[in-house]
Amino acid sequence: MSDEAELLPGTLDLLILKAVSLGPLHGYGVLLRIGQISGQTLLIEQGALYPALFRLVRQGLLKAEWDKSDNNRRAKYYELTRKGRKRLQEETDWWNRLAAAVATVLAAEPEKA
Amino acid sequence: MEEELRFHIEHRANDLQRSGIDRAEAERRARIEFGSPERFKEECREALGGNLVDTLITDLRFAARILRKSPGFTVVAVLTIALGIGATTAIFSVVDATLLEPLPYPHPEQLVSLRNDLPGVGAQDVGLSQPEWQDLQRSGIFEFVSPTWFDENNLTGSSQPARVRLLIVAPNYFALLGVQPQMGRAFNPEDRSPGIIPEVVISDALWKRAFGSDPNILGKSVRMDTDLYQIVGVMPARFDAPGRMAEERNVEIFAATSFYGAPMSDHPPRNRRSMPTAIARLKPELTIAAAQKRLDGLSASLQKQFPGDYPNGWHVQLVPLKERLIGNVRQSLILLFAAVGLVLLIACVNVANLLLARASTRGREMAIRQALGAGRRRLTRQLLTESLLLSLLGGMAGIAFLFLAQDFLVRLVPDGLPRLNEISISWSVLLFALTASVVSGVLFGLAPALQAGRIDLNHALKQEGRASTGSGERARTRRGLVITEFALSLVLMITAGLLLRSFWDLLNVQLGFTPQNVISVRTRLPEPNDPKVDKYAAASQEAPFIRELIHRCAMLSGVEEVAIGDTASIPLDESLRDLKLISEGQFFFTVEGRDVQGDHSTVVERSSVSPNYFHLLAIPLLRGRFFNDSDSDNTPRVALINQAMAQSYWPNEDPLGKRFKAAKADAPWITVVGVIANARTQSLAQADLPQIYLDLYQTGAKRLAILLRGHLHAAAIADAVREQVQSLDPTLPVSGAQTLNETVSASLAQRRFLMEIVALFALTALLLATLGIYGVISFLVSERTHEIGIRLALGAARASILNLILRQGLRLALTGAVVGLLAALIVSRFIATRLYGVRPADPLTFAAVAILFLFVALVACYIPARRATKVDPMVALREA
Repeated sequence: MSDEAELLPGTLDLLILKAVSLGPLHGYGVLLRIGQISGQTLLIEQGALYPALFRLVRQGLLKAEWDKSDNNRRAKYYELTRKGRKRLQEETDWWNRLAAAVATVLAAEPEKA
Repeated sequence: MEEELRFHIEHRANDLQRSGIDRAEAERRARIEFGSPERFKEECREALGGNLVDTLITDLRFAARILRKSPGFTVVAVLTIALGIGATTAIFSVVDATLLEPLPYPHPEQLVSLRNDLPGVGAQDVGLSQPEWQDLQRSGIFEFVSPTWFDENNLTGSSQPARVRLLIVAPNYFALLGVQPQMGRAFNPEDRSPGIIPEVVISDALWKRAFGSDPNILGKSVRMDTDLYQIVGVMPARFDAPGRMAEERNVEIFAATSFYGAPMSDHPPRNRRSMPTAIARLKPELTIAAAQKRLDGLSASLQKQFPGDYPNGWHVQLVPLKERLIGNVRQSLILLFAAVGLVLLIACVNVANLLLARASTRGREMAIRQALGAGRRRLTRQLLTESLLLSLLGGMAGIAFLFLAQDFLVRLVPDGLPRLNEISISWSVLLFALTASVVSGVLFGLAPALQAGRIDLNHALKQEGRASTGSGERARTRRGLVITEFALSLVLMITAGLLLRSFWDLLNVQLGFTPQNVISVRTRLPEPNDPKVDKYAAASQEAPFIRELIHRCAMLSGVEEVAIGDTASIPLDESLRDLKLISEGQFFFTVEGRDVQGDHSTVVERSSVSPNYFHLLAIPLLRGRFFNDSDSDNTPRVALINQAMAQSYWPNEDPLGKRFKAAKADAPWITVVGVIANARTQSLAQADLPQIYLDLYQTGAKRLAILLRGHLHAAAIADAVREQVQSLDPTLPVSGAQTLNETVSASLAQRRFLMEIVALFALTALLLATLGIYGVISFLVSERTHEIGIRLALGAARASILNLILRQGLRLALTGAVVGLLAALIVSRFIATRLYGVRPADPLTFAAVAILFLFVALVACYIPARRATKVDPMVALREA
């Protein structure tokens, strides 16, 4: 598992929100989608997903509903709320700014004397 | 949540299977990849937050695990709490049944008892006359008023003549109480016919016992004292007449009268207060205060109307019936409840101490949990859950014990204790136990829980090898707790000590008579409603029977001496004293040539006795003569008085030859012929109650006590006496053989009960406090092992180490003792009325208890202190 990138703290929530924003998903689906979008680079500790999902539901960013899954079993589907969509936007902006800033710093050349 | 996680794992397994792994392996891998579901479930719950029930369940599960892990601690703590809760609940069940529950009649708040006082002579509770009763009944203040007249009667017709408990009431009695018979009917409340109505209502107990639950009992006749009565109703089993003592509550036959007409006077005079007590039901719209006000107006106008009948004033006091029945027991019960409350408090303090001691060994655990992110509030809640679990377990153990010991405990309660309702473990009692458990759980859990929140993480984690953390504050709290414990138990011990001394003094009081080897047996002569059929109507008719009975009883084997008196003459007999039997006990009289409005009460205790009563009880004659055989119905009436009577009625005069008479128009003069020494025949606590003795051959009496001296066996002598009595008159019942020593000790039953229970509580408290101080000192010693090691290594003498530790323990004990003594000074004033012969601030008791305490504390400290001196400096230093 050495090729898996370790997540920065706080990014799991962002990834979940993004994954769910593409359409309602059940927990396992969230996991699959993140893996899929990131080209299996970002793997999430499976169990840790659920506390995060629960936390997001409690914060009102996601809403959960029981529904039939594709193989006809009951599963809990997560969906983005309006508040969640707004948060996703903010977090994305924040992440981009952060990434840009970090990239700028890393791109800096030693100043010539 | 469970389902969602399972769904996830299954889904994952399916995917793995698709990638070519067989099913079992796929499932295994899926589970491994997922990690511990329990852990994530916990985190999920945390994330959900606010889910109190879930956290509570986790906390409870954890608490149970912790408690199971240290069984020794758990057992001690649970037992301590069980003791506290069990004892408190036991006392509460008595308090609940006596003080808290309302009287078991409809609208009990309207029920009152009437107390008639004659303020001019300071006489209280003198009884009511028939015209007064009529006035009260018509006053518009009351719905009903009924005099009640407790009596014994001879029920004949069954195999043995039986003594039955009879209550003579007004026809409105049952309507007043608001109760209905289970069979038949009650009396007609409007019945005003003269004489005693020839109908009776019987109790369920008598119906079962004497009539075998005969379903056709109604309309049958019973014969009481040769008079025939028709049974018209049977009361329900749960009905008890309102009464202070079992005798009163378990009335077997109710008879009704309007208190005039034969065998009573056709026109009873207003000043003959022959009805000893009365109860009433107020009009529903009236409060007691309002009723009292109107009543005062009524009595004032009646006094104006009949000035000749009220030379000494007249005051009718309304007392809530419940108050009257409870009487002075309220105080005893509150004292007991306070005492047991202290025990519970001490138990709580003790458990708090245990928890604190354990907290010090759990300091690292707490620190680690905090370091791992547990919030302070979370830790506090966890610890409180633990202590609540402990207290609930303790409470359950306590209640379980109560259920097992219930019968035994109820038997401990003396019969003299009025019980308005049966003592039982009711819902309110259980609710009380539950509340007490929760409150005490919070109480003893609070200190350790709050301290857990204040852990200095760095400090706690750094202390590698040592078990203790934050010890400074914890030790301070523990010292505070031990001081509290000591102070509380000292208060209890002093209370118990004072009660014990009172009891001891009463036991060893100079009685003034000799109760040893004397047995009393009772019989009762009939009182037919028609005096013409009364074989014993006049004293002259009764005297031959008594002489013959004395003669026959004296011949019985083992009997050395016999005397007969009325039942009031049985020394210290309390069984019927409060019941105010007709024509017994209190005596209203006027002294010749003296204004009745003098400053002396003109009511004293009196009894009628046969001549050798005084010799039998060894009461010495001081002046004059005893009764002798020449005194009879035909000779002038004579009386003996005791010294107290002589001093208060004829101070500085020779009482011999002085005359007095009963406060009745046609009563004969009675001449004082002798003065006897004071004897405590009426009250153990009072030596100088004025008393009058009349000659039984001149007065006669219906309720007789046969006193026999000799080496006798109570049961055997009762049978022998019954044989003699019934050989003279087969209709007479014989009952109640009791040695005088038993009678004397029965008169102390309530005091003994109170003292024993308080003493028991005090000992428990002492034990708990001792354990407490032992624990704290042991803890201090183990904490200071290192320091002691250094001291020893530097050459300190072992004795000085011993001193050091003992001083510390004694300082705690002394502080506790001082606080306790001060508190006891305040508390003991509240029990002043329960004391005899000792002052509430009795220096001897205070000093003795304090010394005992310090001694016990010293012993408790000495054990750990000695351990301290045995510390091996090498080991101690190396370990540190």
